[in-house]
Amino acid sequence: MFGILRTLWLTFLHLGHRRVTVGYPETRPALPPRYRGRIILSRDPDGLERCVACNLCAVACPVDCISLQKAEQDGRWYPDYFRINFSRCIFCGFCEEACPTYAIQLTPDFEMSEYVRPNLVYEKEDLLISGTGKYPDYSFYRVSGVKIPGKDKGEAEREQPPVDLHSLLP
Amino acid sequence: MTTSMPFLLSALVAVWATFMVVTRAVAIHALLYLVVALLALACVFDVLGAPFAAILEVIVYAGAIMVLFVFVVMMLNLGRPDRLRENSWIAPRGWIGPGLLAALLLAALADALVVAAPDGGPIAVIDTRQVGLALYGPYVLMVELASFLLLAGLVSAFRIGRHIRGEDAP
Amino acid sequence: MTPPPLLVIATTLVVLLGLATMLTWAERRLLGLWQDRYGPNRVGPGGLFQAVADGIKILFKQDWIPPFADRPVFVLAPAIGMMTVLLAFGVIPVTALWSIAGDLNIGLLFVFATMGLGVYSVVLAGWASNSKYALLGGMRAAAQMMSYEVFMGLSTLGVVMTAGSFGLRDIVQAQAGLWFVIPQCLGCVVFLLAGIAETHRLPFDLPEGENELGAGFHTEYSGMKFGMFFLSEYAGIVLVSALVTTLYLGGWQGPVLPPALWFAAKTGALVCLFILLRAALPRPRYDQLMALGWKVLLPLSLLNIVATGAVLLLRAPG
Repeated sequence: MFGILRTLWLTFLHLGHRRVTVGYPETRPALPPRYRGRIILSRDPDGLERCVACNLCAVACPVDCISLQKAEQDGRWYPDYFRINFSRCIFCGFCEEACPTYAIQLTPDFEMSEYVRPNLVYEKEDLLISGTGKYPDYSFYRVSGVKIPGKDKGEAEREQPPVDLHSLLP
Repeated sequence: MTTSMPFLLSALVAVWATFMVVTRAVAIHALLYLVVALLALACVFDVLGAPFAAILEVIVYAGAIMVLFVFVVMMLNLGRPDRLRENSWIAPRGWIGPGLLAALLLAALADALVVAAPDGGPIAVIDTRQVGLALYGPYVLMVELASFLLLAGLVSAFRIGRHIRGEDAP
Repeated sequence: MTPPPLLVIATTLVVLLGLATMLTWAERRLLGLWQDRYGPNRVGPGGLFQAVADGIKILFKQDWIPPFADRPVFVLAPAIGMMTVLLAFGVIPVTALWSIAGDLNIGLLFVFATMGLGVYSVVLAGWASNSKYALLGGMRAAAQMMSYEVFMGLSTLGVVMTAGSFGLRDIVQAQAGLWFVIPQCLGCVVFLLAGIAETHRLPFDLPEGENELGAGFHTEYSGMKFGMFFLSEYAGIVLVSALVTTLYLGGWQGPVLPPALWFAAKTGALVCLFILLRAALPRPRYDQLMALGWKVLLPLSLLNIVATGAVLLLRAPG
């Protein structure tokens, strides 16, 4: 009996409390930088695509919404096409964790409503941004031993020059 | 004997609804017509100067007892086979006996009305106070007897409805 | 001095239906406040026209009658619900002069009669829908409303004994010195609880019980037929609030302000209390509801009658 009255009184007191929700389109909620929203593909500091088409994101995706095809040019791998079906995406962020080159990243943008469902299928042109995203200095080809034009084997950061096996003969 | 328009109308409705009660094959429809008949009867009471009796008719009969009837019929869950069986029961041949008896009663009633028709004096409205005084004055014995009966009914209903531990047999 | 009856009837109808419509919006706004969120606030200033938008939407919905339903009864049920609630307002005196039949000498009984008939709306809706959830809801409603009608009637007897009349206007006038809520506080509480159960409002909305029965008795209803159930529920809240105002809170009586305003203010506060109950309390189990009725409220209301009678006898001259 007393508990019921107390409940009523406490609920009544909420009349003066601050609202938890916000009126959305007018007041926008402050989203943290690591909020998991729309997925983008970033570029390295040189302005080239970071994605090396390793397919790890597509494997990690629990709803199989990522689809890509590898292509190769001058020793660099890049996706021929890269397609994310956002009508299936659950924004779990596993793709971002799986990515070895920080190419795929989730951003705090969530306003992607569409009237037509096929419009939610984003192609590489829609996903690729011109910046580096959350990791401004990282460049995969600069730290890895892959040979590309302008950087031979052994010229990467913290990389020893390759050992000539034949010179090791006794 | 009053023959005002409201009286005639409600009397007509009562007779018609009662006829429908007997001829309906769906139990709920029959009960609904019975409710209409009771409401019409209440109107008749009111026109004849007994508003208290009229309102009691509505509260007790239409509002409570008929709801219990409806409740029971709902629990029985009558379906189409029952409807067909009901239809076979209200065949014309079955009407002869009851019809004759009812006609006999009607004749007796008409005879009584003709012989001992009350004079058309003004209708005295009997209000709640008078009913109460009559109940607890000249008719107090009746009231007490009725309450005994109700108490007995209450006790026996409680005895039947009580769930006795260890006597779970149906 | 006395306004013409047709004007009173028309005003009552318009105000009541308008009020019931607006309550659908007001309740959601108030619930929002009490749950630390906004309610519907988009349509019109502060969401004021939300009720209109809802009305338009519900009118243009497909009015579907299930093929397995009992058609005439299915259509009749919501109409009964609306009608009985509106009928009951006929005897409620808003002020000393403004009422349709406020001086009916059996006014209170008339209210109980209409409420008793109101049970049919829910029960028949449950039966006519011809589906199990609706039937279960209807049967719950029948048992619940029948039981609580008993306590409702018994709890008001204290008021009737003190005022010496069943007429609602006489009852209000008998509260000129002291509102009945003080000497009849027990009866007032029982009446309020019974009123909640009678209008099957939360927390006693077991006939609807959406988490166990779908939507209970109106599971199969759509369009404006559902709208009528909805509106009659809100009109029922206003009715019970107006009744509590009339029986226990001195009706239109109060200092300074005009009588009609007093009546409106008291009724409005009670309506807000109804909504607060919905915001705060969880729904009891069905057997708990019935046990509360028969094991607590019935003895309480009988005790109230006996005590009131004793006090009246002791005070009686001679």
